[in-house]
This record gives sequence, C-alpha cells and structure tokens, in this order.
Amino acid sequence: MSVKSKPSRVYYFGTCVIDLFYPGAGLAGMELLRLQGLSVVFPPEQSCCGQPARNSGYFDEARAVALRQMDAFPGDDPIVVPSGSCAGMMKTHYPQLFEGRPEHDRAVAFSKRVHELTAFLVNVLNIRLEDKGEPVKVTWHGSCHSMREMGVVDEPKSLLRQLSNVTLVENPREKECCGFGGTFAVRQPEISAAMVKDKVEALESTQAAKVVSGDCGCLMNITGAMKKQGSPMSGQHIAEFLLERTHHG
Amino acid sequence: MADAASKNDFSVRAPKALNDPTLRANFRRAMDGLMVKRAAQFEDKEAWNILRARGAAAKARVVAQLPELLEQLEAKCTANGIQVHWAETTAEANDIVLSILQKHGAKSVIKGKSMVSEEMELNHHLEAHGIRAVESDLGEYIIQLAGEAPSHIVMPCIHKNKAEIAQLFEENIDGLGYTEDVDALTAAARKELRGAFAAADAGISGVNFAVAETGSLVLVENEGNGRLSTTLPPLHIALMGIEKLAETLEDIPPLLSLLPRSATGQHITTYVNMITHPRRDGELDGPKEVHLVLLDSGRSRVHADEELRDTLRCIRCGACMNHCPVYSRVGGHTYKFVYPGPIGKILTPQLEGLDCAGDQPHASTLCNACVEVCPVKIPIADILVRLRAEAAHPSHSPAVKGGGSRRSFHESLAWKGWEWVYAKPWLYRLVTFLASRFGNLVPDTVGPMKGWTSCRAKPTFAPKTLHELAREKGYCDE
Repeated sequence: MSVKSKPSRVYYFGTCVIDLFYPGAGLAGMELLRLQGLSVVFPPEQSCCGQPARNSGYFDEARAVALRQMDAFPGDDPIVVPSGSCAGMMKTHYPQLFEGRPEHDRAVAFSKRVHELTAFLVNVLNIRLEDKGEPVKVTWHGSCHSMREMGVVDEPKSLLRQLSNVTLVENPREKECCGFGGTFAVRQPEISAAMVKDKVEALESTQAAKVVSGDCGCLMNITGAMKKQGSPMSGQHIAEFLLERTHHG
Repeated sequence: MADAASKNDFSVRAPKALNDPTLRANFRRAMDGLMVKRAAQFEDKEAWNILRARGAAAKARVVAQLPELLEQLEAKCTANGIQVHWAETTAEANDIVLSILQKHGAKSVIKGKSMVSEEMELNHHLEAHGIRAVESDLGEYIIQLAGEAPSHIVMPCIHKNKAEIAQLFEENIDGLGYTEDVDALTAAARKELRGAFAAADAGISGVNFAVAETGSLVLVENEGNGRLSTTLPPLHIALMGIEKLAETLEDIPPLLSLLPRSATGQHITTYVNMITHPRRDGELDGPKEVHLVLLDSGRSRVHADEELRDTLRCIRCGACMNHCPVYSRVGGHTYKFVYPGPIGKILTPQLEGLDCAGDQPHASTLCNACVEVCPVKIPIADILVRLRAEAAHPSHSPAVKGGGSRRSFHESLAWKGWEWVYAKPWLYRLVTFLASRFGNLVPDTVGPMKGWTSCRAKPTFAPKTLHELAREKGYCDE
C-alpha cells in the first residue's frame, strides 16, 4: 500500500465502460469518496486504461492511450478506480508495457498510485458505513482481475457486511470467471455463453435479489444474460449500492 | 475481425463439445474434484508460497542455463552408461527410437505414460514398421483401446465416465462382460497388461525430471507400470523434451512436492523412480541398455525469446487445465493438439506455429486462474497476450513461428481507429457524447454485437456520459 495515511485529495479514473454504460456507478464512487471528506478530482482528459488493445495484442495502440492517461493524472495523488480490471491494467501492465522504454520509470511511479475503489475505502479510509436501507439479500461477484491482479478479495465483502440490513449470501464457484473476457465474449461466443449461463445459475441459486460487483464489464455480461433469460435477479455496482444504502435510505 | 474469425478454428470446434452434455458433465465433475483435492494440499498459504518460490526458482535456473545443463546431463548420463540421443524434430526422434528397437529386433514394446511420445505420434510410427506398442498407464490403455488421443496431460481418459469405460472393456477384453465395478475393470486391465509386460522386448517411458548434476531420470507414477516398463524389459528408452531438467538433486524434493500435489492432490505419488544407469554386473534386474532421447521440436526457438522462454518451466502437472473455466467446458480434444488447456494455449502455438495454432491464445478470458495455481509461476496470461501480439504483427524475423500470420486488416484498422479516438481527449469526449445520444439506435445484429446478443441483452448507453455528469457535479474543477 503506497498510501499510509489518509490523503486529502484523490484522483478518480472513471473507466470507459462506466463512462458510457454505468455513469451512475462512476458518480456514486466519487460521492462516497467526497462524503469521506476527500477532495475528488475527475480529470476530463482521461479516456480508457488501454486494456482492450493490450489484451488483444496491440501494444503500440495501448501504449499511446496509456500515455494519455499518465498525462491526465499528474503529481502524486492516489488514483482511485471503480474497477479491479482497469486498476489491474494500470497497476500491473503499465510497467510491463513500457519495459525498456524511456517512459518506464513514469509508468512505475504511476502504477504505484493506483487503487481499486473498495480496497481504498477499506484499507486507506477505513470507512464506516451505516445502513439506512430496507432488508435485502445480495450476493457478491468478484472480478478475476480484481482478485488475481489487484489481490482484492475480502474488502468488498467486508463493506457489504458492514450494512446491518444486508444479508450477504456467498454463491458457489464465486472465484470462477463469468465468461466476459473483453473480446473473448465475441471471439468465442459459444464458450462465453456457456460460462455466463453457469454463472447466472450459480448466482440465482443464492436466491438473492441482486448481485453486487466491483466491475462493470462482468456486470454487463452477467446482467445482460439475466435480462435475456428473464431472471428475477438484477445487478449493481458496489459503489452505487453502498451509496444508496447509506445516503438515500 | 471477420477474416480473423474465419480462421478461428477453436471457436468452430468448441460448440461440438459444448453441446455434448455427457462430456460437459464428465469434465466438470472431474475438474471440480481435482480442484478440491489440490486446495486441500495447499491450505497453508505461507508454506505454498515458500514451496512455490523454490520450485519456480529451480525451473527458472534450468531455463536460464539450459544449453549448459543439457551438456552436463549428456556427460553425466554417458558416464553412467545411459546412451544419449538428440532429436531436432519429432520425425528424427521417431527414427532414433525405431532404429534402437530394430537393432534389438524388438517387436513388442510396453509404454509408460509419455506426452513427448504423443507429440511424436510414436505408436503410429512403430506400428507402421511392424512394432506393437502397448500403453500400460491405465488411462492411456483405455484411450488406446478407444483409438483416441489424451484429453488431459495427467489423466488422459478423464473425458470418459465409468459407463463408457465399462462398454469399451466389454467390447475389447474377452470374457469380461459389462461391469461398472471399478475393481473388476482395473483387475481386467491389469491381467491384460501383465501379459504385455512379460512379452515386451523393450520399455518406453517419459521423464519428469532429468537431474543434470547426477544424470538421473526421475519418473513419478501411481500404478507401478512405470517401474515395470523401465525395469522388466531388457531395453529401456526414455523420451523427454529438452526442458524437463533439474539442475541438482537438491532441486528434486520441492519439485516432487509440487508436482503431485498440484496435479492430483496427492502428497506424493505411489512410485517415484530414479533411474541412473542400466543394469550393472552382478545386479539381478533392470534393463541391460538405457537410452535417453532428448527432443527439441521447437523448444530451442521458444528458449531464444527472453519472455516466452518461461513457457519451458512447465512441469506438466496439469493444474492450469484443472482450474481453467474454458478447458473444463470444452475438454481437451477441442484443442486438437497434444497439450490442451492454458499450457497448451501457450505451448502449441510456439511449437507448431501461429499459422496453424494462432487461434488458441484467444480462447481465454485472461482470468488468471491458471496463473494463480501454476506451481512454477509461469506468467501464462502475459504469454497469451504476447502471442496474440505476435500473431497479429508481421515482422521480418518473427519471434514465434508463423508470427504475423493472423494479421487482419480490419482488426488492425479498428485498433488504429480506437487509438486515434482514445488518445485524443477532445475527440474521445465528442465520440462518447454522440454514442450516448445515438448509440442505442445501432441494431444489435451488427458485427461483433451478434455474438454478444446471442445470449445477452444489448447493453444500453446511458443518456449522459460520466464525463458530463462529473463536470455537472463539479468533479472536474481542480
């Protein structure tokens, strides 16, 4: 953890999926941070972490976009990201992408400032939540990159457990990929479909009203399949869920 | 995208397996069991980290000094009386094995499990020259009866359930009849194989680790068939890929501790064989001649690249496939080549070339489940991404055979266009503004969206972007 004491100012990286499809979740993350007394800055020069190009093997294109992000977040302030996957890209893969290049040191310094939102709320801000919502049963979906690149496993669940009226029911195969995988979903549509079908089945087996997740890529995949199947379950980003429970109740 | 997809034979083969409920159930059940067994072996996370670090370091040293250690191994083996042969290609390896067997007039061979022999398609080669090779590993024996290839590198017949094996045995073993009793099935195979062991003129085996320091061949197995194959016949031929080395005898305990735990969730295998020399004067058993065939078949090329060479750390435990959400759904045969699962997805394209196996690195969500369990810390996901890059980018001296062969004009153009927009903040904001206003008008049957909407609802663009909302709420002000 590069941030030892509570900072007064943080940057927020909204992610391109949230920008277009889940802006409410993005905004909720910023509100949560602001309500903790932080000054939150959303640099308008940001776009995408570059992961889609990097994962597709287009490194030059990924680097060009990554460089713009490094430009957009100058200084030393922590960069909070409401996605384990985008955070993982910036934290683990930026230094790799620029290995042996003049920008390498910059990429390393940048990567050290990157925090996944829930881990930041728990480990840096030590946030305390007061539940103002009605009783509800939810289940948690952790994204692969959040768990395996960012090492964020228990933090989001500990946040949900702080909410007195929320019952967290763990789902079977919680650590198994939902089948999104970016371009995988369209390159291997049949395998991806089989994976998300199993995921929805596992989530539904909890009989929870909704699945909460920290990654909108997974949510788009999972809730898209739920909707197509006519599932009674819905999905929500954890930032939006936490904000609703604690400030709109 | 379209021209790349048409070449993408993995996605064409996958539906066949996905639509086979028996196959799906067989793999799911088996992989679930293996994951639980492995997890029970590594409950102590600190101990796992320490052991894994030792194993990874041991194999990293091998990769770092591969040429030197191979020379040392050859010298030690030769001094011990083991005859060493080098094979550049699988064809050369087949010829070497055949000529040794022919020199001894061998007509019947008993085989222990060897993935390198699968790579060589050795059985076919021998059969074509009038030599019968019988697989003695129970799983290999079963698929040999079925005329199939292994679907898993450790458990070759894992795609079959009890009823399928019972039927196969009924058809192939005289007088057995149909039984699903595992003991009866095993006893029947054992009886058949005893005859084959007794009649064998030669034994062929794989190698798990060859110790350069001592010239010893380490072979692990659970059925005793490996020991019989390497001690009963008068001639033993061991086959190994050039990367299956350990530098010193001291490296063996951590590697031996990692391999069976990762593979089958066993603390240790029932048999651990260490073969250092042929039968010596005065000894009562063991083969009179031992040969070691070292197969390159593209591995030197893998070794030439500093990043890709980590592929050669693999100890073939199969944990990556046991934990792979893709493998557990499509099974091993969908991969078409000898090595399936995550390790296959990085090894096959490098050995066979990206032109014929360049689709494989894309058959992954990059979920990192394999990376998490790999006992020697192979950065599988990073190598998958690197291979995607190699496949899509032509160069004069490609790092991987067939590099650039999967280049798609449309795809390259799409990523250039993506960069053009995403690296220009003003243009990005303009494009996303327009997408949020008009994106929902695009029909869901266009281009790649078709694959998405086959089982999911179309994603809905929000009326305003986060950029707009953030500005409205004052988050963009410094």
